[in-house]
Amino acid sequence: MNPNLKWKALFILAVILLCIYFVLGLPNFPTSLTALKDNFEHQIRLGLDLQGGTHLILQVQVQEAIAQETDQTVDRLTTAMRAKNIRYDEVRRADDTHIIVRNVPSDQLSAFRDLIHEQYEGVWELSPAPGGPTAYMLTLRPSEIARIQETTMNQSLETIERRINALGLTEPTIQLHGRKDNEILVQLPGEGDPERAKAVIQAGGQLELMLLVDPTPYPSQAEGLARHGGILPPGTELLKERPESHIRQNPNDTSENWYLVQHPPVVTGRDLRSATENRNTDMPGQWQINFVLSNEAAKRFGPFTEQNRGRQMAIVLEHQVYSAPTIQSRIEDQGRIDGNFSQEAAHDLALVLRAGALPASIKYLEERTVGPSLGADSIRHGVQASVLSLLVVMVFMVFYYRLSGVNAVFALIINLVILLAALAMFGAVLTLPGIAGVILTIGMGVDSNVLVFERIREEIRNGKSSAAAVDAGFSKAFLTIIDTHVTTVVSAFFLFIFGTGPIKGFAITLTIGLIANVFTAIYVSKTIFQYHLGKMDRQAELSI
Amino acid sequence: MIELFKQPNLDWMGKAKYFFALSGTLLLIGWAAIFLCGGIKYGIDFRGGTDVDVRFAKAPDVEQLRNSLRAQGLGNSEIQSISDIANPNSNEVLIFVAQVGQGDQALDEAKAKVLSALNATYGVSSTGKQDFNAATPTTLANFLSSKDPLALSVGAGDKYQQLAKAILAYRDKDKNGVLTSLDDLAKVSGVTPAVISAIKDGFSPAPFAIRNAEIVSAKVGGELRNQAIRVTLYALAGMLVYIAFRFEWVYGAAAVLAVFHDVLITLGLFKIFGFEISLTVIAALLTLVGYSMNDTIVIFDRIRENSRLLRKEPFADIVNKSINQTLSRTILTSGLTFLTVLVLFLMGGQVLRAFAFALVVGIVVGTYSSFGIAAPLVVAWNNWRGHGGAASTGTAAGSRPRGNEGGQPRLATSGRR
Repeated sequence: MNPNLKWKALFILAVILLCIYFVLGLPNFPTSLTALKDNFEHQIRLGLDLQGGTHLILQVQVQEAIAQETDQTVDRLTTAMRAKNIRYDEVRRADDTHIIVRNVPSDQLSAFRDLIHEQYEGVWELSPAPGGPTAYMLTLRPSEIARIQETTMNQSLETIERRINALGLTEPTIQLHGRKDNEILVQLPGEGDPERAKAVIQAGGQLELMLLVDPTPYPSQAEGLARHGGILPPGTELLKERPESHIRQNPNDTSENWYLVQHPPVVTGRDLRSATENRNTDMPGQWQINFVLSNEAAKRFGPFTEQNRGRQMAIVLEHQVYSAPTIQSRIEDQGRIDGNFSQEAAHDLALVLRAGALPASIKYLEERTVGPSLGADSIRHGVQASVLSLLVVMVFMVFYYRLSGVNAVFALIINLVILLAALAMFGAVLTLPGIAGVILTIGMGVDSNVLVFERIREEIRNGKSSAAAVDAGFSKAFLTIIDTHVTTVVSAFFLFIFGTGPIKGFAITLTIGLIANVFTAIYVSKTIFQYHLGKMDRQAELSI
Repeated sequence: MIELFKQPNLDWMGKAKYFFALSGTLLLIGWAAIFLCGGIKYGIDFRGGTDVDVRFAKAPDVEQLRNSLRAQGLGNSEIQSISDIANPNSNEVLIFVAQVGQGDQALDEAKAKVLSALNATYGVSSTGKQDFNAATPTTLANFLSSKDPLALSVGAGDKYQQLAKAILAYRDKDKNGVLTSLDDLAKVSGVTPAVISAIKDGFSPAPFAIRNAEIVSAKVGGELRNQAIRVTLYALAGMLVYIAFRFEWVYGAAAVLAVFHDVLITLGLFKIFGFEISLTVIAALLTLVGYSMNDTIVIFDRIRENSRLLRKEPFADIVNKSINQTLSRTILTSGLTFLTVLVLFLMGGQVLRAFAFALVVGIVVGTYSSFGIAAPLVVAWNNWRGHGGAASTGTAAGSRPRGNEGGQPRLATSGRR
């Protein structure tokens, strides 16, 4: 045999073996048929539409986090201005990203500017407000908005990940979704009931630490309002205590506790770095929760707790007061929450503080549940149909092109093996639209072979020898094959870049399939022809 | 050598006007249907709302179902029976509720209401047990492992996983996805009375199974729709640029117009046959775009090659010859691919139905448009240029426009010599 041909054959063999190994040989080398099947199922992951499961797309309400930042800035700014004796009539939030400051006296203007410059350089931009000569507008800079957005999204993603993982489901997917930066995709293969997942994701949205205005709780909302003459003092709000936290005298007790708390909160979910339950160092048998704040939050929290020592602070989740511990001492970045906690209660509260710190609330945009039986049906029908149609194609090719048809069938099978191997290697997921990509691949694979074979036949008809006809057929069909494939890959590229979900899956399988096809329909097929021609009699007719 | 055609010699370009007339008629019928009968029928992906796909143990009484839905305030919901050739008695309906109001509440409510309407119709009382017909292999395997009815100690997990798979395969294949009595499970090998009674402790079968439930907010639906359209246009533009680069811009334009024509005709036929456009169908439409483009390029490639070889012949004849030369290949490839998707259409089950329909139609139309639309468009352009007196550049990259060829605008002739 031609040594060049030998290397080609060896190379093709190596590619085939490697591909088979990717599809069937991982993660454990198979020793039995069941192991083979398990490996295959492990390597070729099916999309939700084929195996059943829950698909959720949720939108994080990022603007809430931005509005919260603005609220806190208003709070801090007023404190800072009071500390520096800068007078003002009003500091208020105009909208999510703007703060209006009214009537700063002109002689204090430079002090005011310095304050802003010193504390909010690069975060807030100061400009005159349209309202009048002494009104100023603070605008949150786009870079800062982007930073808040990013931290909010990352924190949401991590939080949701932790919670979903706590459910103990197999291979959940939690990732950012789409090109808009506020959507998260959650996929739970095999999970037939989205309600459970949704409940877990949504549990305990927003953590807030708020100062108690009035240490005594009220038995009802109406009572709380009545104490303040029907109108709550500005910057406060009435919150109910969580029923489970409420200490009751007897089981039939249905009384409630309402607390008047100061708004906005001092610390929010975004400020928390960690929270863990520990044995109470002072009271044996009791538990406490230790928490650590982010550096930035610590700078605020230290002076704040110093000022308010001895007062109570409400720990609020989802507008419910979990507990209202007393501030014992100045807290910098570390603190502890005392209370009559059992180990379990402390564990749960720490968990809620840790994982519960969703920085903003969540809205569901899409919810899709594919029942397991439908998924099983789809895959069964899909596989049956694909196998049957492949058989039809193969039988026809062999019938029509004889030995050359066998060559084409071989090329087609290798094409599919490479496609599967690539899917396994990249961890891509086979979905229904992915199967569409496979079908187009089969179609174009057959087409490439037909193109070449028809060309070879033409050359034979024109009187060329078998070997010359094969050479001419391949070289003439080559450009056509490249053109058709590149055109389709170009379009698949756009689909991959700009498409989402199913369209992307289609683009991936199609691209892989087409690249594999150029290899099999041209390189592999031609090598087989050359090998065959080398063996056969020079004058003999080619079986095509 | 088995051959479909021995040296075909058909005058394709001479029939171009019939092709254009045929395409025009098809487009007109399809789009008249779309404009006169309430527009393109979008699936849930693109219009938003709630879709619940339910399969029953026996044929459901649609009227009764409608009444129960109305009682839940869902009078405007659509109920559609689903059946296919592989499974004519699937006893399956699709309930669609359009989104009313705003926000998550409205979205979640619709599904809950559909479920309670179903429960009311079929007298399902809440037993506190899980619905067996909604059980997944994982939940069932975990449940069995915790109960351990076979008193296994070693390797119990694996064993129960296989058992759970077998039980659910029985439910899905033999019982059409809806098991009415748990006692039927005795027919599954490996299931002992102890297993059945353990399952009965934790599960009870509802008389229906939710096969698929989808909730898409209307806003997202609109966005998905715009995105799908945009992405398709980008892909077409990308192809146009590549073909223009490899051939000439008029070839690219003709190919893209032909593909556009295919998509428009397919959309019209979707309307006429009552299929919905979903995200999956978009993937099918893109497949047909790729396929049709492939077909067109094969012919264009031949035209390019022949233009170099047969400089003296009128352009329309070169095109005819190119189509004839590639005819066997066209028929073979299209025929085989058509068979493939036809099998998928007939056997692919309900989820693949609309998808496969797009491909079945697409392959026929896509093949036709290559010689019926794309090639005649290039010829028509060349004729027009020829009459305009300009030297034609109807050749491809590599072959320069011929200089003076007896002053005869050689691309001016169409049809027969």
